[in-house]
Amino acid sequence: MATSIDSLFGVHEQALIFRSKRAEVLASNMANSDTPGYKARDFDFKSILSNLNTPAGHIKQTHNQHISFDKTPASASLAYRIPTSASLDGNTVDTQVEQAKYAENAMDYQTSLRFLNGKITGYLSALRGE
Amino acid sequence: MSLYNIFDIASSGMSAQTTRLNLVASNMANADTVSSSTNETYRSRQPVFGAVLQNELNAQKSNSTGVRVLGVVESQAPLRQEYAPQHPMANNDGYIFKPNVNVVEEMANMMSASRSFQNNVEMLNTAKQLLQQTLKIGQ
Repeated sequence: MATSIDSLFGVHEQALIFRSKRAEVLASNMANSDTPGYKARDFDFKSILSNLNTPAGHIKQTHNQHISFDKTPASASLAYRIPTSASLDGNTVDTQVEQAKYAENAMDYQTSLRFLNGKITGYLSALRGE
Repeated sequence: MSLYNIFDIASSGMSAQTTRLNLVASNMANADTVSSSTNETYRSRQPVFGAVLQNELNAQKSNSTGVRVLGVVESQAPLRQEYAPQHPMANNDGYIFKPNVNVVEEMANMMSASRSFQNNVEMLNTAKQLLQQTLKIGQ
């Protein structure tokens, strides 16, 4: 059974990285809920997932000195949130929305952790052969 | 690890909100400070928040944006002028000057600041729990 060590944990490893990055962005939004002119930001999960699923995309490296096309969630571009209500000072942070998203993200992070833990326990019992 | 950056973000938010609370406290304390000329009168002080990108500080690319107090501005609202010739601080024309502090506004400001502070604390707690769970992974 040839298993690359990188693919042991499947998508969960990258999901965990993505979730922690998203938590950081949402935390920045909440910290700046009173900053004039600050625009709330967030990741677009759908585009990141589709980026991960397309194997090589349209960009091919035909030469080993080409600049590598990074497809990890880290390279995903941030988008600005569409504000639900305008504020006079140009701030687009809606604290309640950000709180809800932050909680949701924390739950998703824990879900990824649980999946990872399950995989690790599975591999461990397979290794021990008990 | 991005979760560690949340500690920086939350603490920058907390310190900014503390500055705001401090200014509210000094505004409230000086709400009734009377003086005899417009120059000496206390004026309501308000903080100006600004976002601070951490990209310049960290070598690695990060998306965290903290907050800091860019400065403190004095309110330009007109002072309250009162005719009180019997007052010990009254000027030659018999007028005293009271600060332009709006106590109701300051109370609302205080509640908003304390809610934001609590929000930052909760944020930090959640990040801490997530990190603790991450440390326990595979056990």
